[in-house]
Amino acid sequence: MSNHLNPSDVKAYTRRAFLQNSTLFASAALTVPAFLQSSAFALPRPMEGLSSIAGVDEDKILVVIQLSGGNDGLNTLVPFGQDGYQRVRPRIALSANEVLKLDRNGGLGLHGAMSGFKNLYDQGLCGIVQGVGYPNPNRSHFASMDIWHTADTNGTGDGWLGKYIDSQCCGYGSGTPGKNQSQNQDPPPPMIAIGKEAPLMLNGRTQMPVAIEDADMYQWTGDKMGKDLSDAYHEAIEKNSQQSMEDDNKSFLVRTAMDAQVSSTKIRKAVGTESLVQYPNTRLGSQLSMVASMIRAGMPTRVFYVSHGSFDTHANQGGLQGTHARLLQQLSEAVDAFYSDLRAQENDGRVLSMCFSEFGRRVGQNGSGGTDHGTAAPMFLFGPMVNPGLHSRYPSLTDLDNGDLKYTADFRQVYSEILDGWLSAPSKDVLGRGYQHLRVLKS
Amino acid sequence: MTMSGIASAPIKRVSDSTSPIRDDHFGYAQARHLLLRAGFGGTDHQIRTLASWGAEKAVDHLVNCEDIPAQSDTPDEFDSAIMRPLTREERMALNRARQTQDENALAQYRTERQRRQRADRRQMREVGRWWLTRMVRSPRPLEEKMTLFWHGHFATSYRTVEDSYHMYQQNRMLRANSMGNLGDLLRGIIRDPAMLRYLNNNQNRKDSPNENLGRELLELFSLGEGHYTERDIKEAARTLTGFTYEDDEFRFNQNQHDQGTKYVLGMQGNMDGDGLVDAILRQEACALFIVFKLYKYLVRDIPFDLSALDSSTRKVILKLAQYFRASSYELKPLIRRLLLSRHFYDPINMGTKIKSPSELLIGSVRSLLVPVRDIGVVADAMDLMGQSVFLPPSVKGWDGGRSWINTSTMFVRQNTLVYLLTGALPNRSLLMRDKSNFDALSLVPSLQRASDLEASDEQIVRELSLLTLGHDDDKVVGSVLKGARGDGEEGTMRKNDAAVRALVLLTSMPEYQLC
Repeated sequence: MSNHLNPSDVKAYTRRAFLQNSTLFASAALTVPAFLQSSAFALPRPMEGLSSIAGVDEDKILVVIQLSGGNDGLNTLVPFGQDGYQRVRPRIALSANEVLKLDRNGGLGLHGAMSGFKNLYDQGLCGIVQGVGYPNPNRSHFASMDIWHTADTNGTGDGWLGKYIDSQCCGYGSGTPGKNQSQNQDPPPPMIAIGKEAPLMLNGRTQMPVAIEDADMYQWTGDKMGKDLSDAYHEAIEKNSQQSMEDDNKSFLVRTAMDAQVSSTKIRKAVGTESLVQYPNTRLGSQLSMVASMIRAGMPTRVFYVSHGSFDTHANQGGLQGTHARLLQQLSEAVDAFYSDLRAQENDGRVLSMCFSEFGRRVGQNGSGGTDHGTAAPMFLFGPMVNPGLHSRYPSLTDLDNGDLKYTADFRQVYSEILDGWLSAPSKDVLGRGYQHLRVLKS
Repeated sequence: MTMSGIASAPIKRVSDSTSPIRDDHFGYAQARHLLLRAGFGGTDHQIRTLASWGAEKAVDHLVNCEDIPAQSDTPDEFDSAIMRPLTREERMALNRARQTQDENALAQYRTERQRRQRADRRQMREVGRWWLTRMVRSPRPLEEKMTLFWHGHFATSYRTVEDSYHMYQQNRMLRANSMGNLGDLLRGIIRDPAMLRYLNNNQNRKDSPNENLGRELLELFSLGEGHYTERDIKEAARTLTGFTYEDDEFRFNQNQHDQGTKYVLGMQGNMDGDGLVDAILRQEACALFIVFKLYKYLVRDIPFDLSALDSSTRKVILKLAQYFRASSYELKPLIRRLLLSRHFYDPINMGTKIKSPSELLIGSVRSLLVPVRDIGVVADAMDLMGQSVFLPPSVKGWDGGRSWINTSTMFVRQNTLVYLLTGALPNRSLLMRDKSNFDALSLVPSLQRASDLEASDEQIVRELSLLTLGHDDDKVVGSVLKGARGDGEEGTMRKNDAAVRALVLLTSMPEYQLC
């Protein structure tokens, strides 16, 4: 793919010129910060804004939406028709006319606040995997989140998407930090997390994700203090980065600072453009609108991560109205707007979204009108590449494990299908073994 | 064109010596290094003073700090009653309300509980700010640094404990023993209400043991993975049954304690928690594990794996572990020996460690004498950088090293420095900046000497560079001078505003993140 220069983007031009020069200094790609290694990043791509290009893997994007705190699956995908449901949840159960029914006879429906999801479901853009969990469920937020992030039931090791990136650039396991570049293959561009933390999921052995809390904050304040100061800073960083060949801490810091500078310009520019649709005025709405803007600007980032919560509804979670309803409404409105935006951009075919939580909640309500930490819960997948409808089966409400649902699908079955079927990375390399696909994606 | 000279640099062996550094090798750079690592950095004057004393006196000054009067200007009185347990009457009333399903009374109870939780979260923020302020002001910087070390080691989070007073009590216990004896720390932590709550030992009863504290005590607090068996963990949990707390005090609940014989770490008997600590201290792995962690904290980010270390570092670690055991787990002699050792001052260990958020911010205040402006902003910034005191991310504490750094935290680090230096916040207009006075020129030594009042602009930048980065490399000095002075004529740097701009540039250099 050739790059043409956008004359209005003078900064990008200077940096690009600098980078072309810097290749004279050394062949090691280490000189070049990760953000610039993918040549497509620095400049708008010729195909920008067009729909998916057949056979081009780089074009496929995964958006991970984390529901933090443990989302109550039973009040999300509601088994309103089942006898056991109403009985154990007298204060918070939803009745038949408080849900958005998904089928005629099965007695399943989405929480009444989720008209956005229902919208996507009706358009054939939403697949729901029922009863997702893993063996020996851990009920600690941190431990269970680590398990989902690492795809390892001990919750140890690198993040599963970090491992995916590792597997793309240098073969999983053979990389050492900062020394990932093989001679003939560009590493994938860093993944982007919206939030103050780089989530474990995106941490690999060779690459760190870019974390952005707020695009306005994602810049050096010193830039506001005059051109002399700003120029001196950028000059110093660039001079420094020509020497950052080593794997020592100083080189690591210089590369990160350079990544930050370069991505700052691009991301703020991307996010600065107005969205094609109106997003709800919520935190998740603005996070997804940022992601959509970055996709529209043609950034080659393949994985984005956002989070929403907290779903830790131990008390007064409410039924059709209340805390949980509000969280679900925010979620479903934001995702609905996100896909309208992507469709308007003609990018919807490139973007698969996956929505998960570290665990569901217990079947029965507790003494405070809430629910305590439980086990299996539904996962949601969005996009035209998804086989729409319900997958796996709803866990039994009577055959319980200590008052908890028994999972009917392992989350790694979903991960493995996303890796094999969407990201074109052999899932065994990333997950350590094969998992049976649930056919949640169109083949 | 050369390749930055890495290949041609002669390979120098890393010092493997734990003998004291010679006084003629202990100069400005070494004193600066000592202050950065065994504290939060210092001013030019403090560095010169330590350098003039020589290594031994300088290290002793930091280590034997109980001779220095503790500060008295920070209040440390917090309310212990916010999260007090319900009284007997209150409990009975609540039970009655539950039985009769008295929704009004229950709602009132919930409202009251929420009010107390809000008040307690407020107090937790205050305690956090109190500690940060203490780090900024304490005349015993190593004591605060070691307290923070133990907080990360015996990591306990308010998120689970939900009692600010217990967190405060733990902080005091850790400080009192921060350079005392490891045995006292271990015996203290298994009696600490915050820890007992955090790792569920209040639910560890003889008929239904809870292994959480027993496991972490061996895995994370004393021996490290691989130095105990699953059986040891089960038995360790039995020794800790009945170790619980009541209100703010430790309580040994005899009735819940398993009186049977336990077999743990090769010892056998009707042991309780103290017996377990004795068994732990008999293990060779214990001294090694603590020395590893302390080395990682004070010297260099290394993996917990002897075989992955260069031979010099391995030798130093082993020697220190042996010494720690031989001195009956007293921390002061260990820390003193480490800070005096030639190995500590080897170039491989100087200016190469990534600053933790506290080292960065507290260090900047202590060495540049910038006004703190708003300790709440500093605390928030530390949170954004990944280090909220009293809220470690997990029982493993903070990973440290490179995990502090990503593109987002890099901006937060640079921007918080801009805030401290200029009062400007990244999301506010410059006009709204905090205007507390900061005398940047007072940092320039040659401007403080009457004979040197005519210091050149370049000289001023040079001295600021030395103070912030530890060197005055011509290239850096050149860029900074250009950026700070702009089109101004010679003499511009003697204006405070220009000196501030120079500091904004110097502290935004990636290497300012190193100490």
